[in-house]
Amino acid sequence: MSDRSKSERRLGWLLCAPAAIAMLAVTAYPIGYALVLSLQQIDLRFPDESGFIGLANYKAVLTSELWWTDVFNTVFLSVISVTIELALGMAIALIMHRAIFGRGLVRTSVLIPYGIVTVVAAFSWQFAFAPDTGFVNQLPLISDDMDWFGDRFSAFAVIIMAEVWKTTPFMALLLLAGLTTIDDGLYAAAKVDGATAWQRFVRITLPLMKPAILVALLFRTLDAFRIFDTIFIMTAGAQDTQSVSILGYNQLISRLNLGLGSAVSVLIFIAVLLIAVIFVKGLGTRQPGSGKA
Amino acid sequence: MGGGGGTARKRPGLFVLLSAAILAGLGFTGCGGDDGGGPVELKWFIAIQPGGSIQKVAETCSKESGGKYKIALELLPTDASQQREQLVRRLGAEDPSIDLIGMDVVWTAEFANAGWIRPWKGADARAATKGVFPPVVETASFDGELYGAPFNSNTQLLWYRTDLVDKPPETWNQMIEMAEKLGRGDGGTIQLQANRYEGFTVWANAMIESAGTQVLSGPTSVELKEKPTSVALESMGRLSRSSAAPTNLTTSDEDTARLGFETGSAFMVNYTFAYGSAKENAPKVAENMGAARYPGIVEGRESKPPLGGFNLGISSYSKNADLAYEAANCLTAPAQQLVVTELDGLAPARADLYDDPKVKEAFPGFADLVRESIRSAGPRPVTPAYQDVSLSIQSALHPPTKIDPDDVGPSYDELKDKVEKGVKREGLL
Repeated sequence: MSDRSKSERRLGWLLCAPAAIAMLAVTAYPIGYALVLSLQQIDLRFPDESGFIGLANYKAVLTSELWWTDVFNTVFLSVISVTIELALGMAIALIMHRAIFGRGLVRTSVLIPYGIVTVVAAFSWQFAFAPDTGFVNQLPLISDDMDWFGDRFSAFAVIIMAEVWKTTPFMALLLLAGLTTIDDGLYAAAKVDGATAWQRFVRITLPLMKPAILVALLFRTLDAFRIFDTIFIMTAGAQDTQSVSILGYNQLISRLNLGLGSAVSVLIFIAVLLIAVIFVKGLGTRQPGSGKA
Repeated sequence: MGGGGGTARKRPGLFVLLSAAILAGLGFTGCGGDDGGGPVELKWFIAIQPGGSIQKVAETCSKESGGKYKIALELLPTDASQQREQLVRRLGAEDPSIDLIGMDVVWTAEFANAGWIRPWKGADARAATKGVFPPVVETASFDGELYGAPFNSNTQLLWYRTDLVDKPPETWNQMIEMAEKLGRGDGGTIQLQANRYEGFTVWANAMIESAGTQVLSGPTSVELKEKPTSVALESMGRLSRSSAAPTNLTTSDEDTARLGFETGSAFMVNYTFAYGSAKENAPKVAENMGAARYPGIVEGRESKPPLGGFNLGISSYSKNADLAYEAANCLTAPAQQLVVTELDGLAPARADLYDDPKVKEAFPGFADLVRESIRSAGPRPVTPAYQDVSLSIQSALHPPTKIDPDDVGPSYDELKDKVEKGVKREGLL
């Protein structure tokens, strides 16, 4: 290695160092601290009763019916909302890609829901579906007395609608980025060979977009699994609609039981890692461009 | 690419500068000093009240101190859980910027046990509790010591429509029958608080207390005698499955209840703010609005109505505790309690104030009822693990529609089991 490339490499490390140090300080340290806390009995309300208790917190969480109910709720919400978002997002991406006039306007207006703070969006949806003051129950075909948040699955339905409304634009934008990488010449050639629109979509668009689709799915699934705000505003976990993040919040913030709460957080972290590994290894997500066969 | 070696040698200087900036950013904490002359600033964290009474009493006491202290307000949200969240995070981190704390009546044991608040002793304690209702003093005490000066009280009454109901019911079962007879379309519903939140614990506790038992007999011991608890659960289950239950029963709170009453329900259990709200939003309903004692469970046994309100605590991390005690005594003095009643319609914590014209004006025709209701109230359990116990009650009994009034056994077992775990702070909640 020449002197010059050596010094350039060193410079590279030095330039990265501030960012790396900042990341370590704000990410690795809290994660490490949560791990340490999760192995202790530690409750801010009972400062004299703390001590190392090994894996007892994890045992308490994993043997609790509540944890598994909440895992089910979270997975259920993630799978349904991400599936709907993918289908809708794809449709919107295709429209945005084909839009001839007003491209900028279309793309900007589609993004508006994503720009709204989740808590604000959740309140808007909650007010719309409130049985006393909302407008939804005034609509035809819907019972005037319908208490949307009084039943588990009707509450899930509203939560999913709010989530889909809010995050489909994100999905659509990622997919649009994938669409723009496809060479128009391929479509022209396929047309000449007599391929139908559906065949062009299935044989050209989908395979070439696979990396973009997987990246979009991965980002949204990771996000959806950590769902908190919408549920917190709408039901606060009542009627068995609690997600794992709300469970963690209850232990940490309401009960101040840092040990148990950290165990829940670490388990959520592990679940998120698992999802990422499954997507990256199992489904073969590669960087867009490198996946072309 | 390809800058000269000269520029590369200069970069480390930039690096040092950047790192220094970041480290400075991380290490820099804002500690404002407030030395120098003038009055000492005391920070008072308390829930906001719409009528402006908090600002008014803080101003009065700052003035009366003759320049010794000045009370600065940190107003908290109206929701009790959110108030507590903001406070415990600061107290858990030993934040010295809190001096006075407006504590919900159920926080005392938790805060005292954690060492976050100071006990009240001697003359200060005597001044703080003089003439105060015994159940209110109970909410401000833990382990035989006083930990807060009662600021205001609150209680729930039975509100009913005098044009629809001849005589107010004395028990929940009577009320359910009367509502069923009226019919849903003609106001035959009972408005209450049964969403899964603290309000549900308030309701369940009042039912259990009124039936003749209590949730806890001590900070760590569960009482919940089987027979009276079962009778209370029967009434809860019966109401939830009756036509008298509003359609939004399992998501109802104080606000949906008052809205339901203002739009036609004949019965409601709610705090005293409901009267002022009806007068403003539904004057026709307010004209026919009757108040009665909170309904009981068993005929012939008086009910134990819910008890709310705030006590003022002194933070253990306050640097000006002596002045804070003085300020708290001023803020909870009879004159200030009357201001709070006048501006915000909150019930005084001192029993002897109820003959004052200001109280009679705030509670027209029902001032004596409020006094009687607070005097015989059934406070919620006093335990450092209060949050766990409250969450356990909610988890065991919510939604109340799952309580089978013909067979409350399973619900009773679940309640007892969960409260026993809750008081020991075991497992997830």
